Amino acid sequence: MTGRALGCAEMPVLRQRGQREVFCGLTSIIWLHRKMQDAFFLVVGSRTCAHLLQSAAGVMIFAEPRFGTAVLEETDLAGMADAQEEIDREVERLLSRRRDIRRLFLVGSCPSEVIKLDLSKAAERLSRKYAPQVRVLNFSGSGIETTFTEGEDACLAAMVPDLAEIDDRQLLMVGALPDVVQDQALSLLDQLGIGPVTVLPSMRADDPVGVGPKTVFAMTQPFLGETCAALERRGARHIPAPFPFGEIGTTAWLRAIADEFDVSDAVFERVTEAPRARARSAVARASEVLRDRSVFFFPDSQLEIPLARFLTTECGMRAVEIGAPYIHRQLVEPDLEMIDEGPVLSEGQDVDLQLDRARAVRADLTVCGLGLANPLEAEGLTTKWAIELVFTPVHFYEQAGDLAGLFARPLRRRDMLRVAAE
Amino acid sequence: MKLTVWTYEGPPHVGAMRVATAMKGLHYVLHAPQGDTYADLLFTMIERRDHRPPVTYTTFQARDLGADTAMLFKTACQDAYDRFRPQAMIVGASCTAELIQDDPGGMAEAMELPVPVIALDLPSYQRKENFGADETFFQITRALARPVDRTEWVSCNLIGPTALGFRHRDDVTELTGLLSDMGIDVNVVAPLDATPADIARLGAAHFNVLMYPETGESACRWMERELGLPFTKTVPIGVGATRDFVTEVAELAGLAPRLDTKRLRQPWYTASVDSTYLTGKRVFIFGDGTHVVTAARIARDEMGFEVVGIGCYNREQARAVRRLASDFGLTALITDDYLDVEAAIADLAPELILGTQMERHIGKRLGIPCAVISAPVHVQDFPARYSPQMGLEGANVIFDTWVHPLVMGLEEHLLHMFRDDFEFHDDAGASHHGSPAVPRGNAAPASAPTTVAVDAVADPGTVIWLAEAETELRKVPFFVRGKARRNTEAFAHDRGQHEISVETLYEAKAHYAR
Repeated sequence: MTGRALGCAEMPVLRQRGQREVFCGLTSIIWLHRKMQDAFFLVVGSRTCAHLLQSAAGVMIFAEPRFGTAVLEETDLAGMADAQEEIDREVERLLSRRRDIRRLFLVGSCPSEVIKLDLSKAAERLSRKYAPQVRVLNFSGSGIETTFTEGEDACLAAMVPDLAEIDDRQLLMVGALPDVVQDQALSLLDQLGIGPVTVLPSMRADDPVGVGPKTVFAMTQPFLGETCAALERRGARHIPAPFPFGEIGTTAWLRAIADEFDVSDAVFERVTEAPRARARSAVARASEVLRDRSVFFFPDSQLEIPLARFLTTECGMRAVEIGAPYIHRQLVEPDLEMIDEGPVLSEGQDVDLQLDRARAVRADLTVCGLGLANPLEAEGLTTKWAIELVFTPVHFYEQAGDLAGLFARPLRRRDMLRVAAE
Repeated sequence: MKLTVWTYEGPPHVGAMRVATAMKGLHYVLHAPQGDTYADLLFTMIERRDHRPPVTYTTFQARDLGADTAMLFKTACQDAYDRFRPQAMIVGASCTAELIQDDPGGMAEAMELPVPVIALDLPSYQRKENFGADETFFQITRALARPVDRTEWVSCNLIGPTALGFRHRDDVTELTGLLSDMGIDVNVVAPLDATPADIARLGAAHFNVLMYPETGESACRWMERELGLPFTKTVPIGVGATRDFVTEVAELAGLAPRLDTKRLRQPWYTASVDSTYLTGKRVFIFGDGTHVVTAARIARDEMGFEVVGIGCYNREQARAVRRLASDFGLTALITDDYLDVEAAIADLAPELILGTQMERHIGKRLGIPCAVISAPVHVQDFPARYSPQMGLEGANVIFDTWVHPLVMGLEEHLLHMFRDDFEFHDDAGASHHGSPAVPRGNAAPASAPTTVAVDAVADPGTVIWLAEAETELRKVPFFVRGKARRNTEAFAHDRGQHEISVETLYEAKAHYAR
């Protein structure tokens, strides 16, 4: 990265407080439970929490998902004494029905945090009771503490103290990725001769994942600030890198790890040459419609900065505002350095003021949540709904073209439709 | 605590949002933590609204907890008023804010905003979405409606349609036309598309049409008491109910009943010979109370089905549904636990389910056809085309919707005739679903009867199918085979038989013949 300008890294950040149109961390459960195949996520919360999960999970709710909500009732609020007993009873019922569960997460919500229900105590007690068959952990996915993808951060950070202590040098890859993407990443690292490599979160409880002073770790997702800190507390060392979006992002990410493991340039070139060429041409094809167009990001997942980096450096777009719910400097600095100066960088939100800005600049493409997308389309703005970027495989080389395609499709569609909506 | 995966209803503040979003010129300030804005997407995505719901959330975070949240609420309230300039506001708390006890109503009152501010008290840990909608609309009506002069011509209000209501948009259109045919004007439709100014002139009508008891009954009762407006008790879903409704309205209006039936096709369609095969089809009905009660009457009296199960998820309508069920000689299933519903359906093995989005998935799992008759529904049940449930066009729509998932008469007959045909056997798959045709013989290597498949003699309660009987059972068309199996097993069990032969199969068939 030497010789580069600092890009956006030293730009002032616009911070506003007001209404935030974002998901809470509970939403992370939707993809985390797919990734961790023997885990169950039990939210302790209200009917609202259950309704949120149902709305966010769409039709997935019907496929015997491994999550549910213990809905607080009037009696639970009256006296605190029996709340712990109630949890024990619900967990008992749950585990007797689902004997395949090896990891149980008690997930805190706004109501359980506000009444100060001690879920960590419950987790400790239940862990003792169900050991060694089931490990019970706890984290908070409440809206008052977490925004959308931060739920994954809280979950992974809760697992870190629980990881085995290991002394060997290893690479730990951190962040839940779709299986197909994770396999590609592990294959590339393997071809580069880097190993051993383990992944957090692991697919199953028995998969060996450990951490120790000789562990180095690379992040595949930008929203894992707490997990990063927790790993550092265990003595592991973070490898800073841009996030693996697009050809340039993936190459830079691999390069940073390759340097750490002293991989020769020749090997690096040999392994990455073909997939790089594939990714480059796929992005070039998919991003034709994106070139010289402007993009505006509403805050949602913390993926905004790395994605803005991808769209500006690889797809020829111009960013006008990059909004993120939080900016973890340590993690996104390399991406920020690669974005040309110019866009407004905003952290947090006052949604009405931000909507005023979006309407004033009328970017060619506005990336936002589902609560804003149709209303903005009705105002004539073209939108890309952000949540899809979290669920769809978008990382690393083979998905680079698809990633550009996700942003290109709404623009192509707008060009195709001959009958305008009124 | 109660473990929940699926909920039929959201929390009560979502009901309040349904009223606020339905109306115009009204703004809702909701004291709620960051994240509760998820509910916006129900309106912008499922109902495909082209504007944001008129709701401002305080979206407090952990760092705001303490005295700060009250200030946050006041700021949000003032900002919302300044930006949107509504004619009236409603304020309230979501489940989390209910716990921190900031009293939105009291705070908003102290601010002395220049428009009416209506405080909502929605107990999130006891009640649900429909209550929230009903209570909110009642409070708005109570705060804004005043006695005014009656309209010169006979007019009525249409009460109950909201945002996110199942077919509310088209039901309003259908009823407006039906009333117009009788010479009755619609004074105000509320809450859908009504402004606070419209609410103030509700009293100008001569009577109210209560379209949906779930969301409008409290307001109708209040208007009956305070404004002297009687309200209709019949919900006009189905031909019979529509005729009764017209009679009821005519009495309230002092006019002659009049119903223009030239576009009504449902009675002829159900009378036509192809519908003979609908006779006695066993149907299970579940949803909100109003749609269940009306659907049961249509199913029995207008379609000729046999209603084998009835239930609803909203306990506010439990009494009406229980009464109806006992008329049908059934016991009503009142539950909001979808596992109970699934168990009931699996037990009854109906040939058709009329239910919600959830029952559609239960039906898919159990291989039973399903039509949707009630909320909660998904995006496909907010259609672009005109598709009311109420009135005469509603009856046409319902006929098509319910019959569509069933195998129709001629088709059923042909399938039965050619069931052993080389192209129509079980493993071939439906040709219109894109699966390639598998000629008989290539699929399963041998359905040839071997010896007896006995290895479960241990449990005396189980009944064993002899191989020949199993083969014979496979000749029964797939869409009734499950019922045939169940009936035969019950028949054998009742007689203490442990083995089912071909003879048992046909004895059972004769026993259950209707």
